[in-house]
Amino acid sequence: MSSAQVKKKPKYFKTLPQIPRTELFAPGHGLCAGCTAGTIVRHLLKAAGPNTILVEATGCVEVSTTLYPYTSWRIPWLHLAFENASAAASGVEAAIKVLKRKGYIDPDKPINIVVLGGDGGTYDIGFQSLSGMLERGHKVMYVLYDNEAYMNTGIQRSGSTPKYAWTTTTPAGKVWPGNLRNKKPIAEIVAAHRIPYVATANPAYPLDMLNKFKRGLEVEGPSFIHVIQPCPTGWRFDPRYGIKIARLATETGMWINWELDHDEFDVTVPVKRRKPVREYLKMQGRFKHLTEEQIQEIQRMVDEEVARINKLVGREVIGPVEE
Amino acid sequence: MAEEKLPAWNELPPGAVILEPGSSEKRYTGDWRIFRPVLNQDKCIRCLLCWVYCPDDAFYFEDEPYVTSKGRKYKFSLKINYDHCKGCGICVEECPVNAIDFVEEVK
Repeated sequence: MSSAQVKKKPKYFKTLPQIPRTELFAPGHGLCAGCTAGTIVRHLLKAAGPNTILVEATGCVEVSTTLYPYTSWRIPWLHLAFENASAAASGVEAAIKVLKRKGYIDPDKPINIVVLGGDGGTYDIGFQSLSGMLERGHKVMYVLYDNEAYMNTGIQRSGSTPKYAWTTTTPAGKVWPGNLRNKKPIAEIVAAHRIPYVATANPAYPLDMLNKFKRGLEVEGPSFIHVIQPCPTGWRFDPRYGIKIARLATETGMWINWELDHDEFDVTVPVKRRKPVREYLKMQGRFKHLTEEQIQEIQRMVDEEVARINKLVGREVIGPVEE
Repeated sequence: MAEEKLPAWNELPPGAVILEPGSSEKRYTGDWRIFRPVLNQDKCIRCLLCWVYCPDDAFYFEDEPYVTSKGRKYKFSLKINYDHCKGCGICVEECPVNAIDFVEEVK
């Protein structure tokens, strides 16, 4: 793809004062102090607006925002199990279509349907319903907040846990070096369904994240946004460093903010000179057992991934590691 | 802010549905704090980063004009809602001009 073919996409939010001030996600929820899921959901609802139906798979955000008899949601909200959130969202979308056709709802009224799922509910348990929803082509946006383990039930590993990370089911000790498997590339698996819009986002870059949410709601057909979400409890860091770690993930190349809009692939947050992955790993207690060879192995994996992404884009968007 | 008394089982609506949207605003999460962020209005440049990054929407806008000691004029101020601030310190860490102090809570 030559750079001439890439047409400029509309940017909905250019500066921070343009972000809507209405809060559709009420405070007083039970998310841990410093949990960046709060930041992500706030901005998701700012982008989506009040005409939104949110379908929530079981996960951290679900259990902590609806502590009976309170709710943090100011929009229609459905709680579903891990397995069927996307299936239920498909049903909601189909029902809205029928109600519009029969004239119960104004046919011109835009109604956004958003699924919010954690990594357990997307990578592992809910993948079949997600795949079915994408195959049927419902106009639903799926937002995955990825904290890289089952944090809600006590930090068990999921398909998203990166290599050598400590979790309670992959403890690091003399026999095991932590999690043995690589992180599953979920966004690329979803992109293989040939849906109109797939993107990865990072709460440390809020304007980029908001624009991706807006674009995901705008396209005809399903869209998928994969958002990294540092978890102070499970990743073992001081709550105040949540956003700093999210930013370091992009700056070290561990997390690449890209988008695939129809056929156009681009990296939306280019990094001129990468930091070594050691800076990202050393801030988190889940990686504190790593030996020098293991850090070098992770560095090599990131280098390969960056080279692959640069090749896909066709130019050097993520630079070399700075010494 | 004291939490209101919860309803008894026979006062709940049928199906135990929650009728009021966003009612968690009545919950008090301010006692989670160990450290308290204190915003220095004089140093603040109104970049809004604290408001953007706050996971608990504990920042709110106050429409009162403010003139700093150096003579800069602003149309609004940001305030912290201590009923909902959990004291995570993200705003302290992310503030580009170090206008937020992190002080220990004293009973």
